Amino acid sequence: MKREKPQLIINGRRLDGRAPQDLRPIKIEVGVLKNADGSAIVEIGNTKVLAAVYGPREVVPKHQEQIDRAIIRCRYRMLSFSTPGERKSPAPSRREIELSKVIREALEPAILSYQFPRTAIDIYVEVINADGGTRTAGITAASLALADAGIPMLDLVAAVAVGKVNGVIVLDLNEVEDMYGEADMPVAAMPSLKRVTMLQLNGVLTPDEFRQALALALDGINRIYQLQKEALRRKYVEASE
Amino acid sequence: MLPNASTVIKRTIAVPGDVIVVDKDTDVEGSNLYKIDENRYVVTSISIQDLEQEGEKKKIRVIGLKGRYIPKEGDTVIGIVSDVSVTYWVIDIRSPYPAILNASDYLGRPFNPATENIRKFLEIGDVIIAKIAQFDRTRPPLLSVQDKGYGKVTEGLLIEIEPSKVGRVIGKKRSMLNMLIEETKCDFVVGANGRILLKCPNSELEYIAILAIKKIEEEAHTLGLTERIREFILSEKVKRGLIKYEA
Repeated sequence: MKREKPQLIINGRRLDGRAPQDLRPIKIEVGVLKNADGSAIVEIGNTKVLAAVYGPREVVPKHQEQIDRAIIRCRYRMLSFSTPGERKSPAPSRREIELSKVIREALEPAILSYQFPRTAIDIYVEVINADGGTRTAGITAASLALADAGIPMLDLVAAVAVGKVNGVIVLDLNEVEDMYGEADMPVAAMPSLKRVTMLQLNGVLTPDEFRQALALALDGINRIYQLQKEALRRKYVEASE
Repeated sequence: MLPNASTVIKRTIAVPGDVIVVDKDTDVEGSNLYKIDENRYVVTSISIQDLEQEGEKKKIRVIGLKGRYIPKEGDTVIGIVSDVSVTYWVIDIRSPYPAILNASDYLGRPFNPATENIRKFLEIGDVIIAKIAQFDRTRPPLLSVQDKGYGKVTEGLLIEIEPSKVGRVIGKKRSMLNMLIEETKCDFVVGANGRILLKCPNSELEYIAILAIKKIEEEAHTLGLTERIREFILSEKVKRGLIKYEA
């Protein structure tokens, strides 16, 4: 199936015209759903992800509850029309179950779950349009939805992927770069506390390349983090005008 | 706003992850803060952050804007009966923890389920005003109605707002609530869980009171709210022909 590998970087520019250290255009909106306690929609290039948070609320089924903290449940899902070409089956795939866990574990260090023992916090991440970087967009959206729901958090979590494409370290890979690149490394972090909450690496990087890639990722995360905070504040500034 | 010892110099919106640095001239107050080290705090939820001047000292006050209601002992809450057991009712108080009201407490005497039917007193859907008698997060909160003003609600209008904005509806030293009572002639019972019970002389005033409370909820984070709401109520009254326009 795999076709001839395309030339991904021409004259120092990527296929969509970006420089290696550029992010795709980002659009963030908070509080988009009325029924959810908190919600956010994040668009990074062509990737579009909606996140909704409910809770803290009663745990159903009861046996799942923890006596010392809130349990956090996360479901990542790609809608059937989110991918190009063949329709994606709506049944949860192996990949979706794994990403649900990855997103949950990236957010857990930020949530002060011990403040609400015997409750549940539910996070739903729905990918509306997929073009690479859905897990990182999912984390970015989910942390905003958590903040919008008023759930106490140490910091917002922002995430971005870095990778190696045609031997160049690039920031924020899209679908094509992810598919044909040599390496893909999603990173999530809490910038104020300078803590990394998720780091995965798919492919091969030398130790030097890894350091370079991580620095680039953290730089990208900082930029997304500022946009996140701006979007959260905007909701209230607009209301007062 | 009532004259107060402290004045707000600056109001900003704080979001999770904002770091507040304090020095020896600055105090910090707020329940949604996390201490990182000796003089650095991180804000944990969307809040308003006020910088206040109190004589020589400065004070940073952080007040949360969103979040579920967490029961606190002594709070007055307005609940809705959601389930009936043999000797107690399960009450929905808009918190993650459903509350319990014992029949013996409600009746103020021993209750024998063998001779009496509990459903005679309260049914599912009934509204009660109660006090949180006991809560320690290990067991469901226990309610009590053994005090003046508590018990079953038979008339009035119930509205719901964000629980974290209840403080604004009451205001500093009850300023907002007193203004509302004065201007709308309605009777207000404000539950700490964000439910408000209204009893009004007529439907026009009732409607104005609802609009005013919804406006308070929307603009809870702005300064000088009490005066603006007073003007809003006046303009609504003029619009409805309840009073004549006064310059």
